Amino acid sequence: MYFLKRLAFAVPLLLVISALAFVLVRLAPGGPFDRDRAPASPEIENNLKTKYHLDEPVWKQYGRYLGDLAHGDFGVSLKYRNHNVNDIIAQGLPVSMSLGVLAFGFAMAGGLTVGFITAARRGRWADYTGSFLAMLVVCVPGFVLAPLLILIFAVKLQWLPVALWDSPWHMILPVIALGLYFAGKVARLTREGMLNAMQSEFVTAARAKGLAENKLLFKHAFRIAVLPVVSYSGPMLADLLTGSFIVENIFQIPGIGVFLVNSSLNRDYTVVVGLALLYAVLLVGLNLVVDFAYTLLDPRVKYE
Amino acid sequence: MNDEKVDSSKLIVDGTAVGEAAVDSQLSTINSQLAWQRFKKNRPAVLSAWFLVALLLAIVAWPLLLKTTGGSFAHIHNPNQLSDAQFLPPGAQHWFGTDVHGRDVFSRVLFGAQVSLLVGVVGTLVSLVIGVLWGAVAGYAGGRVDGFLMRTVDVLYSLPSIIFVIVLITTLGELLKHSHLVANSPALAKQIRVMLLFVGLGAISWLTMARIVRGQVLTLRTRAFVEASRVLGARPWRILARHIIPNIFGVVITYLALTMPAIILYESFLSFLGLGVEPPMASWGTLIAEGVGQINPIRVYWWLIVFPGGVLVTTLLALNFLGDGLRDAWDVKSK
Repeated sequence: MYFLKRLAFAVPLLLVISALAFVLVRLAPGGPFDRDRAPASPEIENNLKTKYHLDEPVWKQYGRYLGDLAHGDFGVSLKYRNHNVNDIIAQGLPVSMSLGVLAFGFAMAGGLTVGFITAARRGRWADYTGSFLAMLVVCVPGFVLAPLLILIFAVKLQWLPVALWDSPWHMILPVIALGLYFAGKVARLTREGMLNAMQSEFVTAARAKGLAENKLLFKHAFRIAVLPVVSYSGPMLADLLTGSFIVENIFQIPGIGVFLVNSSLNRDYTVVVGLALLYAVLLVGLNLVVDFAYTLLDPRVKYE
Repeated sequence: MNDEKVDSSKLIVDGTAVGEAAVDSQLSTINSQLAWQRFKKNRPAVLSAWFLVALLLAIVAWPLLLKTTGGSFAHIHNPNQLSDAQFLPPGAQHWFGTDVHGRDVFSRVLFGAQVSLLVGVVGTLVSLVIGVLWGAVAGYAGGRVDGFLMRTVDVLYSLPSIIFVIVLITTLGELLKHSHLVANSPALAKQIRVMLLFVGLGAISWLTMARIVRGQVLTLRTRAFVEASRVLGARPWRILARHIIPNIFGVVITYLALTMPAIILYESFLSFLGLGVEPPMASWGTLIAEGVGQINPIRVYWWLIVFPGGVLVTTLLALNFLGDGLRDAWDVKSK
């Protein structure tokens, strides 16, 4: 019931987001047609505007857009007029998705391991180094990390390719560049969760019954410690899928991120609104999934 | 000030509340002293604070040094001075090497720091004002006002913020370019553009602050000293300004220290994309972007990335350690 309500709330939310994006891009001076190679004659420009209904009032355009959207049609890119936005998404999204999901796996595997080890070895050197590294990678933005990785592993050592997205070898550097920040976040969350769990009563009780420390860590503390990580994983996956355009840019990966920056500079109205909506759907949907997963993992959690 | 003194003659009416209020206010002074002591014991946090002070001093001192020494030293280290000494690796004369136009990278990093840190400070202040007011009003007013304000925050949370920043910045930038200001005084227009960027970054970073402040206010408003002052007839705005906001000081300071690195990061990210500050002005983001532009398979100009990137990372690290230290010292719960 709760989730149905949330789902119902998502619809007006997405409407608000699409309307905001729709109006905002149109507020900017200049349009999609005045930056073409040769300055088109006013007649041509007007014809183009009429063809794409840009001469109508904004609310009418928005209504038309929503109508098309109801049929699953995101419209035609105004800059590259032989492509429609659906094609752009269909081409770029799988690439961005696989990059995001791989980075997600990397961040989870690395972060949970480091977080677990630092918590289990609390106060020893493994904890200090691990915790410091986790803090460090959280402070290294992708646009610093990616070029450094390229310089070291691709240019200097020549172990891995510099750019592009062809073979598994091409994927290693971008996935690390994108995922390392989140690995650090997950490690910090896991460590904190483990330390909290180790102080809770059921762990003390299990220890009093003579349970081995290793079993205690794995079977009891860890299960509780992953809960904050689970609730972070929704926004994290959304960030990974939407925030990858720096990495896509540097490694020249043909994902969706490239279009985002270019389209808002080109006033490619339909592409901007389409991508904003796509990202909003991802964000809202993933948060919903995470909250649902939460009820499965922790029976104490009930939503009203 | 005055009406409070008049009111205090009536204090006998509710002696217990006033007594509790006095204890409350004493407790909060002790609390901040204890927090300060805890903070001083946190090595990484104190070290980070000193690093930031040193960085600030360097930013202020370096231009002054260049101005006072003058001569060839100032000429060589002028961050905007083009020369034939392209791509010199770090050495005795150019500590961080030189870039594609033969400019001294050390100077450029320090002058870029002005922009990056200023963005951090201004943006953080903007987020402070909006976040604290929003959260305090929501928490204090309660009821429908609270519901409306916090639902707005929820909606803004689920916006893909980076898209809106990009759209907003390009929109505002273009609007400004076409306005009369540019024709009349280009220098002023440039400064306004930078200020817009600063304020815009602050304007999208206040959501967490609002949530935290609201939570704090909700617990504070039931405390004895707040009730006492309400009984004495103080207006809501006065209670907020004199009693509630001073008491959430610790929490606010902590989140300021954690907001600042986020905003610095945002700016360098936008500058990296070419949407932030415009040349010849430089920030750490634009410097790194220039370094990335020089990556080629033949020669490695590592210093163009390592030095600006290193200073950026160290600053972010110091701010985060400082924020963590403050949070531990004040024992702030994030939820």
